[in-house]
Amino acid sequence: MSGVALVRALREPGTVAKLDAAGWTALIAAARAERLIGTLAFRIDEAMTPAAVRPILADARVDADREARQALWEADRAAEALGAPVLLLKGTAYVAAGLAAGEGRFIGDLDILVPRQMMNQVENILNAAGWEWVKQDAYDDAYYRQWMHELPPMIHRERDRMIDVHHTILPLTARQRPDAEAMLMDAVSITERLSVLSPEDMVCHSVAHLLADGDLAGGLRNLWDIHCLLDRVDAARLAERAKRHGIGKHVAQAQRLAAALYGGQGAPLTLWDRVIVWRLLARDGWGRETRKLLRFGFYLRSHWLRMPPLMLARHLFTKWRKGHRPI
Amino acid sequence: MRHQLSLKIGPASFRIGSAWREPIELLTKLYADYPQTSDEVSDFTVRLEPTSLLRRWVRPSIFITGDHGLADAAPMSLSHGLLAAEMGMNLQMALGWRRHLLLHASSVEKDGRALVMTGESGSGKSTLAAQLGERGWRLMGDEFALLDLVTGAVFPFPRLVSLKNGAIDVIAGEAPAERMGPLLAGTAKGDIRHLAPRADAVTRMEEGVRPALLLFPRFGHAEAVRLVGQGEVFMRLTQASTNYVALGEAGFGALTRFVQDVPARAIDFPSGEAAIALVERLWEELG
Repeated sequence: MSGVALVRALREPGTVAKLDAAGWTALIAAARAERLIGTLAFRIDEAMTPAAVRPILADARVDADREARQALWEADRAAEALGAPVLLLKGTAYVAAGLAAGEGRFIGDLDILVPRQMMNQVENILNAAGWEWVKQDAYDDAYYRQWMHELPPMIHRERDRMIDVHHTILPLTARQRPDAEAMLMDAVSITERLSVLSPEDMVCHSVAHLLADGDLAGGLRNLWDIHCLLDRVDAARLAERAKRHGIGKHVAQAQRLAAALYGGQGAPLTLWDRVIVWRLLARDGWGRETRKLLRFGFYLRSHWLRMPPLMLARHLFTKWRKGHRPI
Repeated sequence: MRHQLSLKIGPASFRIGSAWREPIELLTKLYADYPQTSDEVSDFTVRLEPTSLLRRWVRPSIFITGDHGLADAAPMSLSHGLLAAEMGMNLQMALGWRRHLLLHASSVEKDGRALVMTGESGSGKSTLAAQLGERGWRLMGDEFALLDLVTGAVFPFPRLVSLKNGAIDVIAGEAPAERMGPLLAGTAKGDIRHLAPRADAVTRMEEGVRPALLLFPRFGHAEAVRLVGQGEVFMRLTQASTNYVALGEAGFGALTRFVQDVPARAIDFPSGEAAIALVERLWEELG
């Protein structure tokens, strides 16, 4: 299983010296599929790789550098449009703050956090500066506005880059209520125009995204972020902060998972931890998803986490009528 | 995956996996003279998967993907499996190749210099390259010309030539049957037949050459030749490149140099014969 090989290569980059050609091809396919090829390319020492692998990793580094440059430019454009400091989340934040989690990281969208009462104003300003709505569907649009923790995604009409404007870190329908005001309050300035979450809140956000929301797709990369981010937090402060956001158990679980997959030593895993590990590693040497049934189970769980049963039934029925099929 | 093949085309190596035997069998036959690379690390993985569990056996339907893929790629019938594999390889190059500036163009070589032809699908660039490749030129590729970011040389990507509709009979009349693939009728682009390039195209597939002439061919019009200014060439080539943006400054540098160094002409022609005569004449005039 190449999910395993990928995790091992990230945890102990020296072990790649033992790979044969087929092992390398499988590792590269799995890393590309999990969008960890850039991270891997920065971790591995070129001297330990066969000649045919070097250009592949060099290409991945070039791509990652470009992504970082583009992401920072988008952040700058958003700050320019808003005329105020922008609080960055996820990949762009890691790169802007020069964190290990940002090294080689794939960055898709620009994610920012703004106070909820300013959402309308921010939307209008971004709209005037060239960001346009992507979702044309009235149901999706209404759903986002009523229940989600972010505006419907917008794409810049000239640069074709997406921005996600969040007002908190979990959907409003989730069982936990993170304290977004506290997050905004404790943000750390990194330049005159850009700020990021405090180290502890960064972990909380990443954990909430991985374990309290979503179906764990792309989870290996998420957990890698968490593994890197955990290096710079104070354990007691993190526990206190996680409790405040209502995700104490999730953070503790993420610590166990990160240690088990990327750290080596950690607290023993529970049965539920093991199920999640099994799901995270569901990737073969062709880059294909495996364990279809388990994946589907997590897909259902992501909806269960997101909304109460009756609302879920109504939502799934509406999406099904519109032709959406999860598998 | 159940059936697989690893091979090298130009500078890029591919591992192609398929849920079905047929596409791999056809590839193995048509790519018999290319380096087989099952013992080497592949640059790209291509996968031909069933669109659903059922579609593996019942009215088999192929979803083309791999390291790089498009979520909304149209499914293809298994009878077009060879085309699916070719599209899968093109997809990896178009979305993932970073070691050259990729131009959506055909190219041929003579006297150690390259003629590059670019244009929309249907412009005749592919047919023209295939014909020249049968008549004393070295075929470098019908889909992508690879522009070296440092030296400015053009490198070959000589995969199978994809002949469409009217071009099929034209080339079938010149090339031996053993280099032709099966007729794939009724694809999204009409009828398609693949042509394996001549041996010299394969044995010399790692040799790059200096580009000497750029043409914008257009089939189906009265014969005409028009000079194309550098500004227009630059704009058209940025649109014809799939990785120009991804390469950033290196891509800009390579394209600027190409545009400044290589003379460009737009040519219209009513027939293949007229096109070949026109190309040979323009080539002579270069001196």
